[in-house]
Amino acid sequence: MTRLRGALGAFLLSTVSFTCAAMAQDDAVTTFSLDNGMEVVVVEDNRAPVVQHMLWYRAGSADEPVGSSGVAHFLEHLLFKATDTLEDGEFSAIVAANGGRDNAFTSYDYTAYFQRVAADRLGLMMQMEADRMRNINFTDDNVATERDVILEERNQRTDSNPRALFGEQMNAAQYLNHRYGVPIIGWRHEMETLDRADALGFYDTYYYPNNSILVVSGDVDANEVRALAQEHYGVIPANPDLPERVRSAEPPQTAERRLIYRDPRVAQEYVSRSYLAPERDPGDQRAAAALTLLAEVLGGGQTSYMTEKLQFESQKAVFSGAFYRGVSLDDTTFDVVIVPAPGVSLEEAETAMDETLAQFLVDGVDAEQLDRIKYQLRASQIYARDDVDRIARRYGAALSVGLTVEDVQAWPDVLQSVTTDEIVAAARDVLDLNASVTGWLTRPDTSEVTQ
Amino acid sequence: MTRLAIALILSFFASLPARAEVQIQEVISPGGITAWLVQEPSIPFTALELRFRGGASLDDPDTRGAINLMTGLLEEGAADLDARAFARTLEGLAASLDYDVGPDSLSVSARFLTENRDEAVALLRASLIEPRFDQDAIDRVREQVLTGLRSDAKDPGKIARSTFNEMAFGDHPYGSNYRGTLDSVAALTRDDMVAAHGKVLARDRLYVGAVGDITPEELGALLDNLLGALPETGAPQPGPADVTIAGGYTVVDFDTPQSVAIFGQLGVEQDDPDFFAARVLNQILGAGGFESRLMTEVREKRGLTYGVYSFLLPRDHAATLQGQVASANDRVAEAVSVIRDEWERAATEGVTPDELNAAKTFVTGAYPLQFSGNGRIAGIMVGMQMLGLPIDYIATRNEKVEAVTLEDVNRVAAELLTPDALHFVVVGQPEGLESTEPNEG
Repeated sequence: MTRLRGALGAFLLSTVSFTCAAMAQDDAVTTFSLDNGMEVVVVEDNRAPVVQHMLWYRAGSADEPVGSSGVAHFLEHLLFKATDTLEDGEFSAIVAANGGRDNAFTSYDYTAYFQRVAADRLGLMMQMEADRMRNINFTDDNVATERDVILEERNQRTDSNPRALFGEQMNAAQYLNHRYGVPIIGWRHEMETLDRADALGFYDTYYYPNNSILVVSGDVDANEVRALAQEHYGVIPANPDLPERVRSAEPPQTAERRLIYRDPRVAQEYVSRSYLAPERDPGDQRAAAALTLLAEVLGGGQTSYMTEKLQFESQKAVFSGAFYRGVSLDDTTFDVVIVPAPGVSLEEAETAMDETLAQFLVDGVDAEQLDRIKYQLRASQIYARDDVDRIARRYGAALSVGLTVEDVQAWPDVLQSVTTDEIVAAARDVLDLNASVTGWLTRPDTSEVTQ
Repeated sequence: MTRLAIALILSFFASLPARAEVQIQEVISPGGITAWLVQEPSIPFTALELRFRGGASLDDPDTRGAINLMTGLLEEGAADLDARAFARTLEGLAASLDYDVGPDSLSVSARFLTENRDEAVALLRASLIEPRFDQDAIDRVREQVLTGLRSDAKDPGKIARSTFNEMAFGDHPYGSNYRGTLDSVAALTRDDMVAAHGKVLARDRLYVGAVGDITPEELGALLDNLLGALPETGAPQPGPADVTIAGGYTVVDFDTPQSVAIFGQLGVEQDDPDFFAARVLNQILGAGGFESRLMTEVREKRGLTYGVYSFLLPRDHAATLQGQVASANDRVAEAVSVIRDEWERAATEGVTPDELNAAKTFVTGAYPLQFSGNGRIAGIMVGMQMLGLPIDYIATRNEKVEAVTLEDVNRVAAELLTPDALHFVVVGQPEGLESTEPNEG
């Protein structure tokens, strides 16, 4: 109660009474399927005459054939080349000529393409996106030039960035058998060998309506979207031979792994640890909800347990945090990080972090802190209505990894229902060193150079 | 006593393809604070944007970084609340208060629910009027700033940026990092924080935009409560900067596989009659997505980079035209050469009617798409006020773009684009590129 002092104290007491009656954002959401198996999600917001049109494929880097790492992302680039009816670059040029912006992104479990444009141009966007779902027609020249572009992208995102290189090594060590251990952009030596056949092989396996999700958000009417979707996408036949999404699973992880990545470009050393963790599963999101709240309680912000202990009290850290990403087809990770304060070694920092995690299991969750976090989550549903494109991305990602519309809509209530005991239990389960990788990002130790 | 002047102006877009309606009202509070408001009651929250002109450029040279550190401390304790109590209170309100500073302004972006608006505003008020600047908070945030500066010193993009700024703007505040140096930040004291606060947070340089579930009367009362206690005036604004950079190359050696280049020259002021012609020209040259000449020539045709851009940067005290590219060390010289050729080609040959039409269609069509999201609209309205634009500007802006002719663009291309004055700062180990003048130190 010591925080409730003085002039500001008066209103703080009333905080608990705020109800934050979050009107369900689900009201604005309509979902349906086309006969060819394509799923459709519409999120309406009629305040501005703008629409975002997204097409998500249930195919990402973790679905790539062995030896072709990076081909999902490479294909994403090549989809901006010619089709049977459009010339090289014409897709984006038409979007721009209509005042719109377009782009795409690739992740482990999905590849998505999107345009943001005036609402009355939705039909044109669908026509072009449906066209390149089946009619891509790029040349060997395109392949050679675009391969240089993705290698430069790897240079920029990964090879120029010691933190990214370190993260790549951490992931590779975390996954003993699953493709999540391979970077989305690909290993350089495999990227260098990607060719036309690799890209078309991936395309002809996965780019079909029954493997995709259409997500439209903004100033639209669900019935109009249905008619347009039927007109443009509904005529494309499904792929009856779509492979089941089976990936090599992780064996039981039984050994604590440690690695040190040294790079002279490192400005700030730190310790990072990842633990193998369960993901959100269809109809079974409770464990993931507890981990989501655990990340918040433990290391989610200025009032989190790690921040209190490591930054304010012991002052061993300039930064600390915990992270969890539950939207994933297969096992994901729960991550913690500590950036040591000046004069604190990586070893001391790691020890301080471990002591803090151990003490957390003893202390448990501060109920008031959990109430604040849950109140923020309720409020976030109100704020979310100001950004329907974000709601749209949430549906796209969730449906791409096998979650259902019902799972997405139940998620806020599942989060609200998680108890302090469940969070501590989730912490006990997930903080298992035998399923973990501990990494040090550091500079080369010049004292060991003997020449 | 209520002297609440409300000018209701209906703005709309006459041009195709999209028409957006943004109803901006001017609100003058009883205490005399002006704000632009868009009432949007359908979602029970309000986005409030405050900006104070001058920002970090009001620093004294010998306490460089003071305003940046002070800005970071506004959320680290106020009135009776220390840093941790402040953070808990903010969380308990589910509001967000973001404080940011740059070379031209200090900005506060707030978002709060209708159901606890008074409490959120009281907390925001405390942070602006009664920040504590506790010594432990100063030391903690100082270390975070120093950590950032150490990282910048090993980031090729940041090295290129600071090298370019130093060469372009010299002793003007734009020429140095507003976050300060390792030495200057280490020496900052609590007195410097108090002084920095007084320099920037004053009513004579304040601009306000609000969008959301709030009436003009409520906003007027809120602003007087929130900002009425600020001092009338602060530090004088810096004068114009001389853009001193000459054409050529500066290579900064850095061990990395991919070089980063920042290039630039003199630009065009936002109130220049040729600004829209320059805006359209830059759309064709390098601002576009995949359609710009630079992207087409450097990436699409040659695969030399993942991204290349040019942009007009009309700041309060200097206008430049700049760009950026990153290429492998053995290919960056070719990328730089292609960019220089494109500069030359645009200056001497101009653009085609097709390019002009495509650029105008994009620039006019994309404009209304910006106006979605309460916080975003609040930010745009504050930006308009800082530029001195009229309240009905949104309705007339696209006409100004439409009015740009091929002759305008080609005349501006010939006058503005000066390949000989274009300077490239390249950080990395570029093969076949050398500095045209020796580096300092």
